Amino acid sequence: MVNILFIEHDGTEHSVTVEPGGSVMLAAVTNGVPGIDADCGGSCSCATCHVYVNQEWLKRMDPVNPIEEAMLSMSSDRKENSRLSCQITVTDELDGLVVTTPEFQF
Amino acid sequence: MTEVAIDEQTNLSKWSMVGKDPYAMPLEDIDLSHPGIWQANQHLPFLKRLRDEAPVHFCRNSAVGPYWSVMKYQDIMEVDTSPAIYSSEPTVAIVDSFEEFALPSFISMDPPKHDEQRKIVQSVVAPANLKKLEGLIRQRVANILDSLPVGEEFDWVTNVSIELTTQMLATLFDFPFEDRYKLTHWSDVATAIPGHGVVDTREQRWEAIQECLVYFTNLWNARVNKAPGIDLISMLAHGESTRNMPPQEFLGNIILLIVGGNDTTRNSISGGVVALNENPVEYDKLRNDRTLITNMVSEIIRWQTPLAYMRRTAKVDTVLHDQRIKAGDKVVMWYASGNRDEEVIERADSFWIDRPNARQHLSFGFGLHRCMGNRLAEMQLRILWEEIMQRFQMVEIVGEPQRIYSSFIKGYSDLPVVLHPLS
Repeated sequence: MVNILFIEHDGTEHSVTVEPGGSVMLAAVTNGVPGIDADCGGSCSCATCHVYVNQEWLKRMDPVNPIEEAMLSMSSDRKENSRLSCQITVTDELDGLVVTTPEFQF
Repeated sequence: MTEVAIDEQTNLSKWSMVGKDPYAMPLEDIDLSHPGIWQANQHLPFLKRLRDEAPVHFCRNSAVGPYWSVMKYQDIMEVDTSPAIYSSEPTVAIVDSFEEFALPSFISMDPPKHDEQRKIVQSVVAPANLKKLEGLIRQRVANILDSLPVGEEFDWVTNVSIELTTQMLATLFDFPFEDRYKLTHWSDVATAIPGHGVVDTREQRWEAIQECLVYFTNLWNARVNKAPGIDLISMLAHGESTRNMPPQEFLGNIILLIVGGNDTTRNSISGGVVALNENPVEYDKLRNDRTLITNMVSEIIRWQTPLAYMRRTAKVDTVLHDQRIKAGDKVVMWYASGNRDEEVIERADSFWIDRPNARQHLSFGFGLHRCMGNRLAEMQLRILWEEIMQRFQMVEIVGEPQRIYSSFIKGYSDLPVVLHPLS
């Protein structure tokens, strides 16, 4: 099992434990974590599952793919450590992952 | 696109499917591009037959030439998210030569130009900016609602749907408030079919579009010489990738923003009233629990689907749902059909204000061209319904809604209502 900590923009924390294999977006949505809309259901085509990931953790994930990059570039809250959580696969290496959700999804 | 097709477009009656049984004609004769069945509100059985029997359907003969129809939710997602195969150029309308759509704007551009231009203007409708506008929007909604007659019949479209969206557009453009009705007119003209109400001839339409260009050019000239502001015109005038835009492209983007911000939300505002009147149990749910409004707003936008379709053009030969599509073919994604696809959306024909996953609908499109103003639209509708519910027991429809003659804009021209105050 993999533990993930979601921190809202106001600091509210939500800790979830999930099986590896799904996406970080699903880990949030299926555990009632607020702040992630996921309008397209996980097909990397709406950018409403935007999260910020600590640099250390970014290194342990597959890099941003071109489609994800295109969608992220449409976000006005884009930062260097922005990711779409539907594109991050939960693996054992990500146990303890910390992600922050933005104030708004757009 | 030719003169012939435009002339046929203005003399459409021979192509009409109104009053016909979709199950009593050969599949290949079904033509969704004709506005008749949309205005008559007879489109749903046609959409259902194609979803069931020809989910990627080729219409060989129509007033707008041959085109493919994509009917299922997942296939629409595939087309919408594959811009390298399905281009938005030269236009996203079924008809190639409607002048206003020939004006270049980022809705009909592919990457990278699309991305550059869109980024300039999208921050004005980003949620952080909208938060600043919420108080102003609420005030304007309250003023409109408080000015309405109670207990007597009036037209909801003119007095609420158009008034509210026009005021909002004027706010976003920082457009002279007393001239705001020009925005509505230009938006209506841009999507009108000559000879069907708004304009009689193509020349009339072109004159109105030229007037729009002159007006906005003057605003541009005034703003470009001032410090950058947060309105859309100022953003275009000062934005690095837009400030040297040719006049036609400037006008194209302005008309895109006017139509995008006007027709769509206007018809969701009217559509919500229609949906609640047709579904009294849902209206009761809303009266008993106003926290359902946010979810209801998404459901209204799905149920109404204010833009019935978006068109793409195949760049290469490809296969979609077992159909061979050739480079150059028109491919039309019928959002109005995908939003009723029972394979993805439970009880898809039902209006259900507490529907689970209500946000998962196609009305905003998906991928790079996903509706830029989606959060603004949702906010306007949410505030409107919050304020309506504080004032009125019911917005009752007292006559037959009149629908627009268009297979693109799915909406209403007249909606007679009577307001019942809270008892």
